[in-house]
Amino acid sequence: MPIDVDVAHVASLARLGLSPDRLDRYREELGVILDHAARVQEVDTSSALPLAHPLGQTNVFRADEVRPSLDRDEVLEMAPESRDGFFVTSPALD
Amino acid sequence: MPSQPLSITSAGAALRSGETTSVELLAAVMSRAEMTESELHCYLNLDREGAMSAARRADRELDRGEDRGPLHGIPVAVKDNMCTRGLETTCSSKILAGYRPPYDATAVARLREAGAVIVGKTNLDEFAMGSSTENSAYGPTRNPWDTGRVPGGSSGGSAAAVAAGSAIAALGSDTGGSIRQPASLCGVVGLKPTYGLVSRYGLVAFASSLDQIGPLTRTVRDAALLLSAVAGHDPADATSYAGQTPDFAGSLDRGVDGLRLGVVKELGGEGYQPEVSEATEMMLEKLAARGAEVTEVSLPLFDVALSAYYLIAPAECSANLARFDGMRYGLSVKGSTASDTMSDTRAEGFGPEVIRRILLGTYALSAGYFDAFYGQAQKVRSLLLDEFSEAYEKVDVLVSPTSPTTAFRLGERTQDPLAMYMSDICTIPSNLSGHPAISVPIGLDSEGLPIGFQVMAPALGERLMMAVAAEVERLAGFDALPPPALAPPPGVPL
Repeated sequence: MPIDVDVAHVASLARLGLSPDRLDRYREELGVILDHAARVQEVDTSSALPLAHPLGQTNVFRADEVRPSLDRDEVLEMAPESRDGFFVTSPALD
Repeated sequence: MPSQPLSITSAGAALRSGETTSVELLAAVMSRAEMTESELHCYLNLDREGAMSAARRADRELDRGEDRGPLHGIPVAVKDNMCTRGLETTCSSKILAGYRPPYDATAVARLREAGAVIVGKTNLDEFAMGSSTENSAYGPTRNPWDTGRVPGGSSGGSAAAVAAGSAIAALGSDTGGSIRQPASLCGVVGLKPTYGLVSRYGLVAFASSLDQIGPLTRTVRDAALLLSAVAGHDPADATSYAGQTPDFAGSLDRGVDGLRLGVVKELGGEGYQPEVSEATEMMLEKLAARGAEVTEVSLPLFDVALSAYYLIAPAECSANLARFDGMRYGLSVKGSTASDTMSDTRAEGFGPEVIRRILLGTYALSAGYFDAFYGQAQKVRSLLLDEFSEAYEKVDVLVSPTSPTTAFRLGERTQDPLAMYMSDICTIPSNLSGHPAISVPIGLDSEGLPIGFQVMAPALGERLMMAVAAEVERLAGFDALPPPALAPPPGVPL
């Protein structure tokens, strides 16, 4: 049976402003895909540790040295809106 | 005997003997693109000026006796999810329309350093999410062997460009098969290196623990040469492999005598096109006749690898694509609050498959579902790696078809995400394990569509894997070409 997803909640977590009919379509598709993906739950993993990096690499450190970075003006050239060396955004708080 | 289309190797020889120049090679590739692009749409962006100045420079250097090695003066295409300084990089997404990166991806910088001429940026499924290149916001790429069919994906533009001769070689990226599957469907060679061998710096991230850049080429030797040019440690990518990179082309003539080949039991049978299975069988017989010890190996977790992948990859995708907020670069649909700007920009800028995966990944990572989905998938991944390790105690390499079917028709799987996902069933396990794998064309089915053969090897086992791949290539003697109008021109363009 397809898994029932609260897709409106998930879309709000993912900052996706989807219309109701789009949400309906995704609810249906996600249910079918997750039903297939849920097959991982049939595997006995009691002896296994989660694997995040295939070659078992751990932290990588480098010397704390100042090095050249991207040019600020060049980076801001690609911004939708910028002023005085900053990105301009809509207000985050009321 | 008709001469074969240009490879890195043959074009390089012609350059050095004075038979041709880099400018002439580029002109041949560009004129090929002009003739075929309206039908195939391999490229999102041809960099005529940049490529011409690089080709001129390559010629001047060779005239002076400065030789940067095998890639010097060779026209190479780059998948449009790798940043190219000043040259539009869209990932086939509306959200990055017009984006000109302020830096080169390390793989791109290394290509330039090696003297390669970057022809342009190739089409892909949006953010490399897809298996047919139909998920491009700028329209699909078509398969040169049959324009009613898909080239595979997500590196479909790169694969089709090499197959049609509008590039001599190309870079792609492979997260679940995105180099190997299109290579298989377009009749070219495609290689996914060991995770970490090629820097991901400047590769627009999809699933960071799976993504890997690699070559699509006409021959196995070319794949080795292109890989050698871009591989190697990069401090800008914390997951980059810090050890020495081997000479990938060093054992291509070794043959398979005495090597143990494991045929993966789970990758065959029901759901596989009979002609794909037959071609694979025939190749195994030929390899055995050359002295390989061929046995069947079972890796039962391959049956759930697809399920694990469709939790892990979307989870990482949902985190990576959070950076598209409509404020720093790309599309911006301005709302009255920052939150509205993000939500409206993302809903407008991302296509349906990208949204599907972001939702899937966000769900798999969300409170209450994390352990049952993402956490469990990571544990399955760890057990899958154990299964691989056990198999590699018994055999040197594993083999299988690259894709269960040859190229499918445009539109055939777009309405059924699961059916589309199934086309990566043979390639996904090597991404989860981080191991290298390569696809080599071995024949055509009755409709004249290419069939690919996959060789998988343990981590950093590229040399042995390529020795086997080179033998497969010799035994297959695959010299078929797409229909004349879309086939690469023969030999040196003089």
